[in-house]
Amino acid sequence: MTTATKTDQCFNGLFSSFHEEAARRQPAELTALRDAAFKQFCATGFPSVREEEWRFTNVAPVERLSFELAKPAAGEISPDQVSLAGVRGLDSHEIVFVNGHFSAELSNLQKLPQGVIVCSLAEILREGGNKTVSAELGRQTGFDKSAFQALNLAFVSDGAFVHIPKGVVLADPLEILYLSTGGDQPTVSFPRNLIVVEEQGQLTVLENYEGVNAGNTYLTNAVTEIVVRAHANVDYYRLQCEDPGAFHFGSLQVQQEEQSNFRSHAITLGASLSRNDLGLTLVGENCEGTLNGLYMIGQKQLADTHTRIDHAVPNCLSHELYKGILKDDARGVFNGYILVRPDAQKTDAKQTNKCLLLSPTAQINTNPQLEIYADDVKCTHGATIGQLDENSIFYLRSRGIEEHDARCLLTYAFANDIIRRIKIEPLRNQLEDIVLVAQDVKAKPSTLEVK
Amino acid sequence: MLEIRNLRANVADKEILKGLDLTVRPGEVHAIMGPNGSGKSTLAGVISGREIYEVTSGEVLFEGKDLLEMEPEERACEGIFLAFQYPVEIPGVSNTYFLKAALNSIRKHQGLEELDAMDFLALVKSKMQLLNMDNDLLNRSVNEGFSGGEKKRNEIFQMAVLDPKLALLDETDSGLDIDALKLVANGVNALRSPDRAVVLVTHYQRLLDYIVPDFVHVLSAGRIVKSGGKELAQELEAKGYSWLEEPVNA
Ligand SMILES: Nc1ncnc2c1ncn2[C@@H]1O[C@H](COP(=O)(O)OP(=O)(O)OP(=O)(O)O)[C@@H](O)[C@H]1O
Ligand SMILES: [Mg+2]
Repeated sequence: MTTATKTDQCFNGLFSSFHEEAARRQPAELTALRDAAFKQFCATGFPSVREEEWRFTNVAPVERLSFELAKPAAGEISPDQVSLAGVRGLDSHEIVFVNGHFSAELSNLQKLPQGVIVCSLAEILREGGNKTVSAELGRQTGFDKSAFQALNLAFVSDGAFVHIPKGVVLADPLEILYLSTGGDQPTVSFPRNLIVVEEQGQLTVLENYEGVNAGNTYLTNAVTEIVVRAHANVDYYRLQCEDPGAFHFGSLQVQQEEQSNFRSHAITLGASLSRNDLGLTLVGENCEGTLNGLYMIGQKQLADTHTRIDHAVPNCLSHELYKGILKDDARGVFNGYILVRPDAQKTDAKQTNKCLLLSPTAQINTNPQLEIYADDVKCTHGATIGQLDENSIFYLRSRGIEEHDARCLLTYAFANDIIRRIKIEPLRNQLEDIVLVAQDVKAKPSTLEVK
Repeated sequence: MLEIRNLRANVADKEILKGLDLTVRPGEVHAIMGPNGSGKSTLAGVISGREIYEVTSGEVLFEGKDLLEMEPEERACEGIFLAFQYPVEIPGVSNTYFLKAALNSIRKHQGLEELDAMDFLALVKSKMQLLNMDNDLLNRSVNEGFSGGEKKRNEIFQMAVLDPKLALLDETDSGLDIDALKLVANGVNALRSPDRAVVLVTHYQRLLDYIVPDFVHVLSAGRIVKSGGKELAQELEAKGYSWLEEPVNA
């Protein structure tokens, strides 16, 4: 039994007006799917802390608010703001959304190679969809597992549709940039991305969520589905730099077919409350999947990461390394679920979560969850929670480095363990700078080299 | 240069140093020998400012200044260097970056201009040869994945770059092969000068063939129980410590 909260009512209102209008520009089968998704959302409502998956993350701050749908506001954004929000000095293809709505003017998609599609999902749907979209949209995430996924599907409107044809290598990275302006009233947007990389295709993609007006309250409820076909290779980066007043609920669901390689690096810095659900399903043999991430938060921020790796077939490898740096009263949640199904012999799965608590009031809840039904497998997990190592601090101090600087340097080094794995150099440099500033390290450690 | 008087220190509420006296003058090399657990590393830790060692009485003066009042980094800036018995690995911080930060912090304290990257790298290169360090080791994270001997060599390399007035070497010779031992000895001998001093903790006479000490002390159960010239080390090598050890008073 669920009682209708203010937010349920608010979303009811939003849905009835949105539903009718969207039905006119979307294929009928999607309209039906959205309708079903919304019914599901109404039936379950927002998750409560009594649910296992939401034990440590109370979404009451979201429920208390009345949202309106975020309106297109590309006119308020200058190209300078876009280049500031994007990765500086990077040659990339760029698809830009403002408040969840595609902006052709702010995007840069002129140099896409023949056959590669990067476009607005809304536009595809207006044209009646296409084979890939009808086959894949909502297939992996559905709407019965999570209220936020259901809500996103109910309000599907726009996002990035990316299709890399068989054997095509997109050499320059693709940036998918979501800018939110917020408004006087709390606003909500529902970005929806679908990325399909066909056999032997290669893609490097960065999904970037940024706020442009600190101080506003808004909710981003985003879902990304990625299909990595056989022998394909995908590097996925996710950067969450929402405004301090924002809420971010993001889901990523990836399916890997045989001999494919998928690597994710998710960096969480912004929002007052954020939840990331990352799911990786290995359905073809000899795949390699990587989920790495860094959450670096302070004040009263909460960042919750739930990962789920499903080894459905034999001979796959998965690696997972998440690191957290929590200051002030920040709270982190990490839940890493690995499922090894009975058939998935010779699975090699490794999960590590390390967290630094830089203040006595910072908190982390970390929980590895391994369910293994095959016998010939190698699965390891480890979690460490702690402060900086006193031996290391003393070692640095004994060489003349002040205690404050020693602590900053060690914190930087902790974070850099994730950042150095990022292959897009300008992005790596930019993130390194963010960590250096946040940790008050003056010179850039990576630039000094003896040749 | 270093004046230690009646030093008593506890670790985890247990008294380890029990009234230790030691005077080191500029230009001298002192060797400290003694059984395992006698307090040699504790002494090095107290001098370098390790917080786990609690000084309960006595004094430690360095060039007339009260060392015990200083933070570890201040001691380093004043010219004290400790080569650790167990050097720490610091993943994610490169050796070169670490050394530059340390050197410039010390230079700043001494009122000298900070070195820029070019001058720093030039200095590093000149010291690399002395210890036969290669680029790879320097560009890697501090001690991460270094072999035991490489770590020890790295300690002496750091010492050579930071150029301290007083170097404390805690079993730097342990775990070194013959060639590395000679390199380390060269590094230490290069530092010797009339205004610098070296205190080396060792279990083996062999290091003292390469770095000839002016004094040898035996530290046992928290006190210096015997001091002598370099011949004392040979005597210890032959006879062990049992003939020296005092019964421990409750
Ligand atoms: N952190 C600690 N907690 C408890 N006891 C300690 C600690 N550190 C040192 N001790 C004890 O203090 C005593 C002296 O230790 P110390 O390391 O100074 O010996 P040492 O002379 O350097 O020995 P070695 O030759 O084996 O290096 C030992 O009994 C040791 O167990
Ligand atoms: Mg010792």
